Amino acid sequence: MKKQKRPTGLTQLLVPLIALLLLVLFNLIRDPSFFSVEMTANNNGDPVLTGNLISILNGASEMAILAMGMTLVTAASGGQDISVGALSTIAASMFIKVLRGGASINAGTLLLGFLLSCLVAMAFGAFNGTLVAVFRIQPMIATLILYTCGRSIAYWINGGASPTVNSPLVSALGGFIPGIPIPTPVLIVLGVGLLFALAFRFTSLGLYMQTVGINQGAARLNGINAVGMKLLAFILLGACCSVSGIIGASRLSMVNHEQLMLDIEMDAILAVAIGGNSLGGGKFRMTGSIIGAYVIQALTTTLYAMKVASTDIKAYKALVIILLVVIASPVVKQKVAHLVGKMRSNAVGKEAA
Amino acid sequence: MKKFVALILILALGLCASLAVADGAVRLGIINNPPSESGYRAANVADFARVFSAENGYEVMTYYSLKNDEQISAAQGFITDGVDYLLISAADTTGWDETLTQAQEAGVRVFLFDRMIDCDPSLYEAAVVSDMATEGITAVTWLKSLELPEYKVVHIQGVMGTDAQRGRTAALDAEFAAGTMTKVVQQTGNWSADEAKLIVEAVINSGESFNVIYAENDDMARGAVAALDDAGITHGTAEGAQVVVMGFDCNKWALRELLAGNWNYDGQCSPFQADVIDGMIKNLEAGTALEGLNEAKQIISVEKGFDARTITEEDINAYGLGE
Repeated sequence: MKKQKRPTGLTQLLVPLIALLLLVLFNLIRDPSFFSVEMTANNNGDPVLTGNLISILNGASEMAILAMGMTLVTAASGGQDISVGALSTIAASMFIKVLRGGASINAGTLLLGFLLSCLVAMAFGAFNGTLVAVFRIQPMIATLILYTCGRSIAYWINGGASPTVNSPLVSALGGFIPGIPIPTPVLIVLGVGLLFALAFRFTSLGLYMQTVGINQGAARLNGINAVGMKLLAFILLGACCSVSGIIGASRLSMVNHEQLMLDIEMDAILAVAIGGNSLGGGKFRMTGSIIGAYVIQALTTTLYAMKVASTDIKAYKALVIILLVVIASPVVKQKVAHLVGKMRSNAVGKEAA
Repeated sequence: MKKFVALILILALGLCASLAVADGAVRLGIINNPPSESGYRAANVADFARVFSAENGYEVMTYYSLKNDEQISAAQGFITDGVDYLLISAADTTGWDETLTQAQEAGVRVFLFDRMIDCDPSLYEAAVVSDMATEGITAVTWLKSLELPEYKVVHIQGVMGTDAQRGRTAALDAEFAAGTMTKVVQQTGNWSADEAKLIVEAVINSGESFNVIYAENDDMARGAVAALDDAGITHGTAEGAQVVVMGFDCNKWALRELLAGNWNYDGQCSPFQADVIDGMIKNLEAGTALEGLNEAKQIISVEKGFDARTITEEDINAYGLGE
């Protein structure tokens, strides 16, 4: 009997990569100049890169960072956190609050703002994690609480609607650092990605997370603290929320508690799914989720560039997503694998004959 | 024991009620959306709190909700409590007939503010509302007064189907239809600064030229301006600026952008209805008829449009929302 070939990591990445490739091809045929990148000067006179490619890379930053954290939560708990948009807004409000509290905005206050916002977001993450890991509440139900009340909490922190800050440092954080033509959010995504890559390379974090997700009991018997791992996943997602919330707030130097990163939880979960990860937990590939985030953003930018009517945009987006999710579904994958296997054996048969 | 407690409670409530009525204050029940909804609402709630105070001879009960059914049951509660007037900014336009009829039967007089309700005008005394279509016309008239050689407009709309979006879009659509202005792009930013930024980035990347940004709220204008800044496109009142920037709502921070010359125009959407209603209540209490109502019993709030070339610090303090 032939041994069933285990899917390697690369086949998991196949679907998101093909999706991305199709989007690229579609745009190249539609408008060959779509991906042209130009070097111009912004209104501060600093050199910056512009173009659709930069828009996509830049615009997907918040989603990509949330998708990284969401992948861990999905792997360890077998469920999704739907409060990431609200939690990011809380973190952003905290950040802006610290900046507005000080006499002037300098590197020190930025760091303090980041640390406090990170601390608060991680505490909320721990709250979600406790409900899930200790009280064994379904992740979606547990995080529904913060999803519902998170934006009100952000409003309390703001102490009014839409506080703004005015500082070149904050603009640089959400836009361009003078002299560096690459958008700062893109650099931040690289940094966060690198941190995760190092953590997976030098610790057993990834292995433990997916072991807990595959079989909690077996993990415990092997000496892995399952409750602690789930808790850690949610706390790390909290930290991701803080980073992406700060990016979101810095882009426009403002926090609108009702609008900031609205519905981003859906996109972040979608990115994980497009990345070929099982939403039921267990094995995961963070790279897939990150590519998934860029696929979603590329889709949005494409639709804007095509000037699709405002009212139709979500419908088109849904169509493409249905297609992607169905193609990535186990049933279709199995059918394709079956078909490929058949063709191979036919070929082998013919050779033998 | 339970009965005893209940009896005490009822007695206490009765005492409170009779005390409240005794001092001759006008009793109001105000139903509104929560101040956290938006900068507009926060200013609206603050305006009502300022005018309808105990010092001004009012005894006020307020209820905030974004949900129509919760608002309706609160209104019924206020009617049972025996308020003199109900002031309502409804979450939804439908479903109020029965409650308003109840109010009429109980002798409670109703004022609508900010939002209309689909019902017979005989069920309320007056409605103090904004006319979004007029806001759009004021803005477009101002834009035409600039007499630009050509108008190539990037139009960023609010959430489709909302009153504000329909009104503010209509005036510009009329110009597009008449051919006096060119529509470069017309897309919804869903009131969100981030989405507006992406839309304007896409236009810039497509290489199409434009000289006007017409954003239907301040947040989206801010997002659009961020995209312009990144691409090195000049805007505002400076000599030779490439793009005229227009917003709506008159947040204080937005008016400051006008004062700094970064934007060109901001249209007001007035949340200040309390003084008008206060005047009408005084009229009714004195037994005089209400004046200045149109056939739908509306009073349209007077709303300005601010020009960056003429705006002053006083304007910001008087008309700006938030802080």
